[in-house]
Amino acid sequence: MMRKLPIPIALLALAAVACGGNSGGNSGGEPAVGQTSASSGGGDAAAAAKPLDGVTIEVAAKWTGDEQANFEQVLKAFQDKTGATVTYASTGEDTGAFLGPRIQGNNPPDVAILPQPGLVQQYADENALKPLTPEVQAQIDQNYTPYWKELGSANGQVYGVLVKAAHKSLIWYRQQAFDDAGAQEAATWDDLVKNAQLLADSGTPPFALCGASGWTLTDLFENVYLSSAGPENYDKLSKHEIPWTDPTVTTALEKMAQIFGKKEFLLGGASGALQTDFPTCVTQVYGQKKAAMVIEADFVAGAAAQSGAKVGEDAKAMAFPKVGDTEPVVLGGDIAVALKDSKGAMALLEFLASKEGGEIWAKLPGYLSPNRNVSPDNYPNELTKQLAQTIISAGEAVRYDMSDLAPSAFGGTDGKGEWKDLQDFLRDPSDVKGAQKKLEADAAKAFKK
Amino acid sequence: MTERKGPRARLGPSPTLAVLFLLPALLLLGVWMVYPVIYSIFRSLYDATGERFVGLGNYGSIFTDSATLTTIRNNIIWVVVAPLVVTVLGLIFAVLTERIRWATAFKLVLFMPMAVSLLAAGVIFRLVYEQDPDKGVANAVLTTVHDTFSAGQGYPGARPRENDQSPAVAQQDGTVTVRQPARPGQAVLIPLVGLPPDSVKDAPPATAVAPADGVAADAIGGTVWLDVVRGGGGTVNQVDPQEKGLAGITVEAVSDGQVKATTETAADGTFHLTGLPAGSYTVRLPQSNFAAPFNGLTWLGPTLITPAIIGAYIWVWAGFAMVLIAAGLSAVPRDALEAARIDGATEWQVFRRITVPLLAPVLLVVFVTMVINVLKVFDLVFIIAPGSVQPQANVIALEMWRVSFGGGNNQGMGSALAIFLLVLVVPFMIFNIRRFRRDER
Repeated sequence: MMRKLPIPIALLALAAVACGGNSGGNSGGEPAVGQTSASSGGGDAAAAAKPLDGVTIEVAAKWTGDEQANFEQVLKAFQDKTGATVTYASTGEDTGAFLGPRIQGNNPPDVAILPQPGLVQQYADENALKPLTPEVQAQIDQNYTPYWKELGSANGQVYGVLVKAAHKSLIWYRQQAFDDAGAQEAATWDDLVKNAQLLADSGTPPFALCGASGWTLTDLFENVYLSSAGPENYDKLSKHEIPWTDPTVTTALEKMAQIFGKKEFLLGGASGALQTDFPTCVTQVYGQKKAAMVIEADFVAGAAAQSGAKVGEDAKAMAFPKVGDTEPVVLGGDIAVALKDSKGAMALLEFLASKEGGEIWAKLPGYLSPNRNVSPDNYPNELTKQLAQTIISAGEAVRYDMSDLAPSAFGGTDGKGEWKDLQDFLRDPSDVKGAQKKLEADAAKAFKK
Repeated sequence: MTERKGPRARLGPSPTLAVLFLLPALLLLGVWMVYPVIYSIFRSLYDATGERFVGLGNYGSIFTDSATLTTIRNNIIWVVVAPLVVTVLGLIFAVLTERIRWATAFKLVLFMPMAVSLLAAGVIFRLVYEQDPDKGVANAVLTTVHDTFSAGQGYPGARPRENDQSPAVAQQDGTVTVRQPARPGQAVLIPLVGLPPDSVKDAPPATAVAPADGVAADAIGGTVWLDVVRGGGGTVNQVDPQEKGLAGITVEAVSDGQVKATTETAADGTFHLTGLPAGSYTVRLPQSNFAAPFNGLTWLGPTLITPAIIGAYIWVWAGFAMVLIAAGLSAVPRDALEAARIDGATEWQVFRRITVPLLAPVLLVVFVTMVINVLKVFDLVFIIAPGSVQPQANVIALEMWRVSFGGGNNQGMGSALAIFLLVLVVPFMIFNIRRFRRDER
């Protein structure tokens, strides 16, 4: 005998099935704020004081929090100047995941700021990018060294402007912890390990690693590799011309294992580090004062200041020590591209590439410009001034973040490729060969496509 | 049908009218359901670019790629555990709330997690499972309970210096032993490091014990101290004036594998192991001196991540199951229960033999609904698992999104995963729909 189900139950059950999965993680499909009317009138373009009145531009970038607020100030300066309305959309950590569906749906934002040059190539191949107009290119030629122009180009076309640089060859430390232990800034890797031991002996874990944010581990690897294997090998490995099983990689990983392999060197051990994301590790050093050093880029300054540390006094940075013969200078950076062929998009790119736009941004904290005409005097503190000087003077000698040059499936995806393999290596630093094999397998798969 | 002539040959609306009424629904279903499914099947036969036909290659790699196999394994764990626990908990809550006075209030509270989006629930549980007991509720509870029974003590983190000159050395199990065997009448130095000097700043300065200071002929004397000077400096392995003794450390003298004497260090770090016959002894500090405090479980680590996320899922859905089952329970005929009670059945027997069998159809619906729901779980895994353990926590629905949009950019493979998921869900859907249809008859 079959018992009848009360109808409300049947309805509820169906409703539960229907609604269970709809609150997805990403704000991917929000309707685009498209162009309202780019140029409605024909002839009288330059008549009004504000040439872009009534034009709406949507910009997508990964920045949140302070970085977003600062960028919005720059956008405001552009709006005041041109009369355009600019809306900002945050893509979250995973820019590809945000832009992919929007491009597929023929509904991209006007301008996107890509965290990786690899994405420029990828979207250029998909014909999703619009080549820069001669006006924007003129700004680039005037303000950037050819190396940066090259980074924003794909298939012989210039598509992008590097609008923001990140200096990734730094180790931040807490002055008080160094004083307490009698530790010093290190010039070589061996020095660094020695100082780390000193700190550990005095009861302060030397390093807070943000192992949950895989990119912090790739940054560390890149510095070690660039210094120990040299720029030529670095370029080869970036393009996967030498395999990850190469002996130079072995050396670099073995050096890293000197830090990863000691429980007392990492705050919370490896498992603690693997659950710590950026910028929590900065808070652990400067807020909770639990560890002494954090290995990351210039943008740590912002997070350190937020934890209550005075940058330059409590929070200091040292150049990444030499592991081999090369003094490593690894840079990251964000590249602005146009996804729609609109007047507003090009005007905004031109503004961002200009000396004027760069100097407005430079006065705000946490920003470093690759624009050689942005005077270092604009930066709000001494440290940034020095960093800006090193980038400008290093010119062609610096190397760009390797993982950002790789296909994003290998170098830029949470839980995949290099991020995952280095996290696994942090979990088990004794298995250098195994880590290399996994890296090579993932790289081969990603570069083949 | 149009050939049929004459007066109306049937009751009800004409077929044309029926089609007209059905059209909007059919259109919507076609656009939103049928077309996407068919296109996905078609797309799944092509590679990432969408240009090269790969046949069933994408389906093949579902079962060969180790990362995807992990997602299938995780989905199996989910399907086996989550629906069962949710149904059982829902049943227990429903039966219990029937008996209490503030049933509605209780049900309201249990149902409340349903009002929170899964995304927000994920954020909440990410915090609940935080490793640091000061932040994560789960570990705060665990450590509190643990510390009530065994309070942590000693000097976790203290260890000998790692170099050949250090007089003491740490063994694999954490025991610290003195390198040189000692004889009665001698004194040993046991310098330790790894603690901040500030943690023992109120302790008296360490005193070095020298044989001349009167170590008895049947005793081994010595000092255990923190060989770290604030700000660096100090002589390594020597007791410096600023250095502090470590009080209350257990010291043992061992010979032939047997403990011959045990003592504890005094406030200035000195100790005397007395009553020893002549001979050679190993002086050691047992591991209990350095036991790390219990820090809770690594919920978000690779081993516990899936159970932890399932826990969050149960928190969200148990209330839902309870409401459904409670509705079913109210339809159960009272006379059957009362008849059983009059016949002398215990409450457990009533529950086991009467309530549950009468509720079986409802339980089955809840269970099957949960199975369908669990198969496509996405949000909780995406939010709760930190990046470093996401490969271990991954499920098919999340992998599908990752492969197609989240960096993988392979929508061929993503479509294949979507179809695979559909194939898994469809049998349960058919089952549920057939049930409903049978019930309506």
